[in-house]
Amino acid sequence: MLHTVNKSPTERNALESCLKHLKKGCAVLLIEDGVYGALKGTVSTRMVEQALKNHPIYALYPDIEARGMQDRVIDGIKLVDYSGFVDLAVEHSSVQAWL
Amino acid sequence: MTEATGGIEMEEDTSGKVKKFLYVNRKAPYGTIYALESLEVVLIAAAFDQDVSLAFIDDGVYQVVKGQHTKGIDVKNFSPTFRALEGYDIEKLYVEKESMEARGLKEDDFIVPVKVVSAQEMADLMETQDVVLSF
Amino acid sequence: MKLGILINEGPYTHQASDTAYLFAKAAVEKGHKIHRVFFYHDGVYNSNRLTEPPQDDRHIVNRWQKLAKDNQIDLVVCVAAALRRGIKDENLQEGFRISGLGQLIESGIQSDRLVTFGD
Repeated sequence: MLHTVNKSPTERNALESCLKHLKKGCAVLLIEDGVYGALKGTVSTRMVEQALKNHPIYALYPDIEARGMQDRVIDGIKLVDYSGFVDLAVEHSSVQAWL
Repeated sequence: MTEATGGIEMEEDTSGKVKKFLYVNRKAPYGTIYALESLEVVLIAAAFDQDVSLAFIDDGVYQVVKGQHTKGIDVKNFSPTFRALEGYDIEKLYVEKESMEARGLKEDDFIVPVKVVSAQEMADLMETQDVVLSF
Repeated sequence: MKLGILINEGPYTHQASDTAYLFAKAAVEKGHKIHRVFFYHDGVYNSNRLTEPPQDDRHIVNRWQKLAKDNQIDLVVCVAAALRRGIKDENLQEGFRISGLGQLIESGIQSDRLVTFGD
């Protein structure tokens, strides 16, 4: 399953909740304000790095760039564009949005 | 529950296709409309004979607690509608244990029979679904 | 693949409609088919023909209209949510249609993937 998270982890618990519901083969895509969950040096970084050990985590690059966070992305988080977002949705059996 | 749902218009032949639909509820009732309007989707979905489950996670667990009296805020109390789901053959209501306990709730606080599952079990359930709707 | 899209929020206030649009655009460019875009909750406001954003900003309503027209995408506004919010035939942008929640379920059944954009 592809899990999308669109809210910042410091605003809402959506990312935290999402990461507690991942099974083998699941991937997470951070979009919109959710891209703040992809950043180094925040209170959420450790939680995300831990999840990254077992699951691919992606961030929508246009949202990262829009927010000026280009130089702060956690190593290992893969950046995708909207075309990549579509590919991820197609590759996984279903998509769940954590709003 | 509004009557103006426009009826069920099946413009394509959906007969025979049965998919697993999961409705994920993570928001509390009344502060926003998501709880009410997601329930309206569930009721309409009942007519399509799909395999329906409802998940209550995080603040979504508050949607199914007993004792909701909404006269003071002047909005319709829709919690009794959860009891009507059984009549539509929608009986798979799952409440996440960790969310329930974090909010000081117990199984007998709920207005309908629910299955309390751990986050891991909820994750297992989610992985088996064909369509997941979040509100 | 056949993709279904659910949009739960209105234009401008939330990014949901923008992200959904850019996703849909990328999908059709890759040769996928968008089966239906279903607008629910405040998402119904994406069909309001009376919106008048500033000239130098994207016109979200018209953008959906054009994408739908160019790619035969079914834009469906939930009748119950629309009535609650005052979206009716008289202020519905051309290219959108008002219909029941059954259309969302049908999209879930008929599409290979259903993607939700919300708050």
